[in-house]
Amino acid sequence: MLARQTRAEFLKLLRVPAFSVTSIVLPSMFYAFIGLGQASQPLYKGSAVTFGQYFLASMALYGVANVMVLGFGISLANERGQKQDLLMKSTPLPPAVFFAAKALSALAIALISIVVLSIFASLAGHVQLTTNQWATLLFRAMVCSIPFIGLGFALGYLAGPNSAPAVTNLIYLPTAFASGLFFPLNLLPNFLQQIAPYLPLYRAAHLVWNSVGVPFDDISNDWLYMAGYMVAFFLLALWAYQRDQGKKFN
Amino acid sequence: MTQPAVELSHASKRYGDVQALHDVTLAIEPGEVVAMLGPNGAGKTTSISLMLGLRNPTSGSVRLFGLNPRDLRARSRIGVMLQESGVPGMLRLREIVDLFRSYYPSPLPTAEAIAMAGLEEKAQSLVKDLSGGQHQRLYLALAVCGNPDALFLDEPTVGMDVEGRRRFLEEIAALAAKGRTVVLTTHYLEEADQLARRIIVIDRGQVIADSSPAEIKARVAGKRITFTTQSPAAESQLGGLPLKSIQVEGDRVRLLTNDPEGVMRELFRRGVDMRDLEVAGADLEEAFVAMTRHESTV
Repeated sequence: MLARQTRAEFLKLLRVPAFSVTSIVLPSMFYAFIGLGQASQPLYKGSAVTFGQYFLASMALYGVANVMVLGFGISLANERGQKQDLLMKSTPLPPAVFFAAKALSALAIALISIVVLSIFASLAGHVQLTTNQWATLLFRAMVCSIPFIGLGFALGYLAGPNSAPAVTNLIYLPTAFASGLFFPLNLLPNFLQQIAPYLPLYRAAHLVWNSVGVPFDDISNDWLYMAGYMVAFFLLALWAYQRDQGKKFN
Repeated sequence: MTQPAVELSHASKRYGDVQALHDVTLAIEPGEVVAMLGPNGAGKTTSISLMLGLRNPTSGSVRLFGLNPRDLRARSRIGVMLQESGVPGMLRLREIVDLFRSYYPSPLPTAEAIAMAGLEEKAQSLVKDLSGGQHQRLYLALAVCGNPDALFLDEPTVGMDVEGRRRFLEEIAALAAKGRTVVLTTHYLEEADQLARRIIVIDRGQVIADSSPAEIKARVAGKRITFTTQSPAAESQLGGLPLKSIQVEGDRVRLLTNDPEGVMRELFRRGVDMRDLEVAGADLEEAFVAMTRHESTV
């Protein structure tokens, strides 16, 4: 049942080009626009890490979190708008299977987006990482996407079908920018630098940048933050879900 | 003693200030084919929602195969067609039938479910490309694919063309003949008359009749007089007659009365222009109109 449900959810996501193309191609496109020109230059003076490596890690994270927040958020809001939940609710499909399938299919799309980006960055940008770095980057980006599943899920239940694309983009794009995913933080206005440490994407960014060699004193704090965000987002999602169910099915 | 497929016991449902269902008690036995009739807003969909566990009763209790309707074991024995529900448009028809089959313990073969809905030619189409009537037939395929013991059909033939509807009714009749329990709501009284052996009439949240189609028709003792008239004044010539209802559609006039002989005598005496004259027993529709009108004039 889970396998079939996951396959169906995956096909649903893949067949909406507005979603699948943006999720899979957009990170590579940003990489082409922003990363390629300066890929071989050092990230800052004297750094062993190149801009190409930094931006690969940034876009990998941007891509996976994008799948979770926008994919989950918009598709759930749309399904609610079309009352797909009504028919599902009268079948014996356990809600846990439904959500697990959605999460697994989103993770699969996220994985594809990282693979596509990695191939693009190594071929076009000549980015080189050790095997260990590749593996660490992949692992950390995927793990860091998990809290965002909770956020996307919450937004999907809180936003209406018409407002969901706007709401999710309004939340996601500025925070991605403010977390230093597009430009290193020291190039951003001062007030953003003050806010950044509290943003989940900033914490996740530390972890992925670190995986390609950007030195940080201590990343265990960032892991702790991510765990905290995960709990908070999933609680928010649970609350939003129960609120929606209470309205509709009571 | 067999356990009822559906059991409502003093079930009431209130949405805010609206009392949608008031103290309904009824049992539907396995194998019964039941039609629920009632005007819009009478509480038909609310009744079905309670039976399926989509809504909880405000008071009273609802059992589905002896279980809480939200119990997945109860849900695995039913198939449903709901009004206004949606399905993922980006799946192919065969894919979504396959998906729904995987929810049930002993489903029908995919091809059989699709064939029952008459959608063989559309099996590879995306759901979003189906027409309204085909959508409705897809819901039938999804309702039957789990090989359920009971089917719940809320206004199932809305949007179907004549041929689709005929075929649909045949399929439901065949399922009923195999001993499946069928509960349907409908606006089309001939559907109820044709399919159901029991009719539950709901009006303003209460059950006002619960018996066979024949008995319900017999409750309206009157006769129906129908004729075509060329005279625009014919309607004004009906004053003072002992009529229970007057319906005029174009030049066709339908009268319902308990005293057909007296009315006929008077119509001839007044010289009303009448052609294609028919006198017949009241049909279910008239019985229904008379019953719900009677209730709502209180």
